[in-house]
Amino acid sequence: MTSLTASRIDALSARHPGVIDRPLSARLIPLGAFVALLAYLATCFITFDLPGVMRGFRGDMVQLFFLDSFAHKIHVVRRLTDDRFTANLEGARFAQYDPLPDWVQQGPGPDRIELGAAGWVDVTADTVSYFEPGRDLPWVIHYAKGEVPTLRNVPAGEPVPDWIRASEIQVDMRPSAFARIWITKSKIEIHRYFIGWENFFFDFSSPLAGKSISEIVSLAASGERIDPARSNLSLIASEFWNNEDWQHGEVAYALLQTVIMAVVGTLLAGILALPLAFAAARNINASGLARFGLRRGFDFLRGIDTLIWSLIFIRAFGLGPLSGIFAIVFTDTGAFGKLFSEAIENADRKQVEGIQATGASPVQKYRFGVFPQILPLFISQVLYFLESNTRSATVIGALGAGGIGLKLLETIRTRQDWENTLYIILLTIAVVILMDQFSGWLRRKLIDG
Amino acid sequence: MRAQTDLSAHPHLAEIGAAYDRLSGRRTLYTLLLILCAVLAIVGGLTVAEEANSGSFWGGLSSFLDYPRDLIEDTWAAGWGWFGLLATYFPYLLETINIAILSTIIGFVIGGSFSFLASRNLMDNRPVVFIMRRALDVCRAFPELVLALVLVLALGPTPVAAVIAVAFHTIGALGKLFSETNENADMKPVEGLASVGASWLQRMRFAVLPQVLPNYLSYGLLRLEINVRASAILGFVGAGGLGAELKKVVDWNYGADITAIIVLLVTAITLIDYLSAFARRALIGRTGVL
Repeated sequence: MTSLTASRIDALSARHPGVIDRPLSARLIPLGAFVALLAYLATCFITFDLPGVMRGFRGDMVQLFFLDSFAHKIHVVRRLTDDRFTANLEGARFAQYDPLPDWVQQGPGPDRIELGAAGWVDVTADTVSYFEPGRDLPWVIHYAKGEVPTLRNVPAGEPVPDWIRASEIQVDMRPSAFARIWITKSKIEIHRYFIGWENFFFDFSSPLAGKSISEIVSLAASGERIDPARSNLSLIASEFWNNEDWQHGEVAYALLQTVIMAVVGTLLAGILALPLAFAAARNINASGLARFGLRRGFDFLRGIDTLIWSLIFIRAFGLGPLSGIFAIVFTDTGAFGKLFSEAIENADRKQVEGIQATGASPVQKYRFGVFPQILPLFISQVLYFLESNTRSATVIGALGAGGIGLKLLETIRTRQDWENTLYIILLTIAVVILMDQFSGWLRRKLIDG
Repeated sequence: MRAQTDLSAHPHLAEIGAAYDRLSGRRTLYTLLLILCAVLAIVGGLTVAEEANSGSFWGGLSSFLDYPRDLIEDTWAAGWGWFGLLATYFPYLLETINIAILSTIIGFVIGGSFSFLASRNLMDNRPVVFIMRRALDVCRAFPELVLALVLVLALGPTPVAAVIAVAFHTIGALGKLFSETNENADMKPVEGLASVGASWLQRMRFAVLPQVLPNYLSYGLLRLEINVRASAILGFVGAGGLGAELKKVVDWNYGADITAIIVLLVTAITLIDYLSAFARRALIGRTGVL
């Protein structure tokens, strides 16, 4: 870089006084805006009680959600009245593994439960020994029916680690996020987590549960009929579709309802708004009073918002997508009406005059003079709204209009099936992205091509 | 009318005429097909929706005005006390507006910074542009509701959940619009600054930002309107503000309270609509862009 001499700098600033030496007021505006912004952020920090919120943060809840959403756990349980272990998926009675998984060995000698990378557990008649990787001695807990389990053999001076919680009623050990050993007066319970969605294709009670993909393919292609009443292929399809854990069929139906709410709502709103917008445009409707009424009508429809419209429609039409459709139609008719009427007012007069010069009727004038000018805007706005309404439809679905929003709310409120929650979230995002791509593609096709 | 009779006399013109007829015929066919698709989608959709709905359309039509009438009767019965209710719920309205403003600011700043990395003309590193764009797509596609529901579980019922949820979506929405604005920016000032050895940050700050900032502000104001609505809705799932109060009184069926909240909300939304339209016109009028 060549450097400037002082005299050249002076000459430059004399030539462009407003640029080099900006007046103080102009320089203070950005600074003032920045200070005001900081002050606002500080106010929000206090009014929203951010420190209090962070103190109440449920980290365990988040950890549970993340772990449970991509992993499943198997409970290995022995009641002390019994001397046999049982293994159940997520502790559900109806999902019991028989025979036991190979990482649970019952006798001879101590029963051994392997915990993968977290070591293993040996269970004898009166002790539970947890062998932590990298530690020579096991953690030994003495137990007996009706007595408080106690942790023994902790060397003097060695503190008990945080992940072991011994209390008056139980010993609870969580050596890693993927394992838990829990002993009470009446039972020994060991949880082991596995990565992956269990039973995603077929539920536990299905005759096809636990089969590998190649087995399923060979069954579908040939093989004896599992159910003599129908072919294997239709059995596979129906077992998948009616999977009780994942409810693929119901989730797909809910997604369809949401998409229908968005598509039908947007299309109906666009069709309704078009004639209203013509009537509300200054260059078409001469009556100021009618225009004013229509404009305020649009404001009213838009201002009430989908939320409140859906409340009113749910009262009238009951819970379901029909109410959602009407909520979207009402709000968007207002939004479209405003947009289209402004576009019509901005339409070029020359084309209309040209059409008029050929002796066209008023209807022909609008059809061939105005309509082609606003058609691209009409199409592009309807398609933009289609994408944003897919998101709105999930939201008003959760308020009671049904569809995927309600399904999502169900899985979250039960706080049980986080993997189903994640599954529905991923599907919802996929559908929104698909609608976005589809509407973008259609817009390019219709407007450019 | 002479022109038409002359058409057949000139083979060249006749050819053009035939081509015109063919094209316009095809265009009519496409239009009809499109209309047919739209009609099918509407009729089919309404049929499915009618089936899935717990109440029916015709049954509901007669009772459509019942609920609004109940609300108005309750409001009338409340008399002058209704205006007291407006004052009661006003702080919650402020909270909802605060949620919207704060989340718009967060989305504006983060989305704005990301947009420079997602603009092809400003960022030479193609993989970074690709990754930033996909990240913005995911932020945009994420329904606020989903994030708010999960956050309400983790943070408890607090407006902070709504702020994070709305801000997350705003980052995606504004980031995309901003990067499109960046790509339309005039590159000459950038080249000028590059020629005197300015760093990437300096080029962005002094050559691009002054060009795009008015458009950014305009889009930000538009987003603020949308976010006020979004924050009101999120209150319904427990994320605070006016929506949470509305949910409460709707569950209790307090007609007068419901209308008070609706009036507050509608007035605020309409007011913000007009203010932001006014501010946007002022912004764009001064710079002449957009």
